[in-house]
Amino acid sequence: MKFGVVRFPGSCDEVDAQLAASRVGDAVLLWHGDRDLQGVDAVIIPGGFSYGDYLRVGAIARFSPVMESVMAFAREGGPVLGICNGFQVLCEAGLLPGALLPNTGLRFLCRQVDLEVVNADTAFTRAYAPRQAISVPVKHTTGRYYAPEEQLTGLEAHGQIVLRYAPGHNPNGSVDDIAGVMNREGNVFGLMPHPEHAVDALTGSNDGLGIFASMAEVGAHAHA
Amino acid sequence: MAGADLGMRARVLIRPKAGILDPQGIAVERALPALGFAGVSNVHVGRLIELDVDDAGQLDEMCRKLLANPLIEDYEIVGAGPHDS
Repeated sequence: MKFGVVRFPGSCDEVDAQLAASRVGDAVLLWHGDRDLQGVDAVIIPGGFSYGDYLRVGAIARFSPVMESVMAFAREGGPVLGICNGFQVLCEAGLLPGALLPNTGLRFLCRQVDLEVVNADTAFTRAYAPRQAISVPVKHTTGRYYAPEEQLTGLEAHGQIVLRYAPGHNPNGSVDDIAGVMNREGNVFGLMPHPEHAVDALTGSNDGLGIFASMAEVGAHAHA
Repeated sequence: MAGADLGMRARVLIRPKAGILDPQGIAVERALPALGFAGVSNVHVGRLIELDVDDAGQLDEMCRKLLANPLIEDYEIVGAGPHDS
């Protein structure tokens, strides 16, 4: 299983994402200006401030050369994980429904939050038990998930709401406490919390490792 | 530039869509009374983009594809005279 982690100008979590993925497979960095995905089996769009987050978060990054290839990869069913800024980029690119708005409190938040795995029957969460509680950090200013009411009904009906903030833990005003969503096809997943920062008990929690382990497990089956 | 009939200096006004919580607007609305300005309501904070374009007919598509996110923002294109040049 080979992961590719995209590095944009302004990315800051790509090395942590690479290290987290390295625990369950091989992981290489992909440069934003390259169209070659180097034959990776899965793509991770990491956290940070791609292209300075000018105009709107994620708005410029979606037009980078590497994203053309990532969008084609996703359309062919390739697994794509977007974390924080990566989630924002995937929403701007239209690979995921909805958008991320400034936190209700307008402040940058950096703290551990409790999450509930709403859908454990996905390529990104199968290592977890249904409704499992996990603890993962968030760190963002623009993390308030929004989708119009009619779209939310569809997301709910198709199991696309994968992660929710635990009751009382919604840090940013996200609609319906949504922390992570996937596309209808189930191969693109984005979340605001940072699983790559929660892969070792030494730093407080290894609950995030399940995301990478799930992807590796699915990847192994794909090659079997 | 001679012959650029459709060219103009344009302003694009971008606002949070009605009905979507606008915490920046709320923060400003709460700050004004603290400075003694009474009777202010319905404050919203958006963005202004100014640009020279050779073909103003492309502005709407520019807005939909990049300058605004139509899911969360409304935009308004305002002509502001000829090119700044």
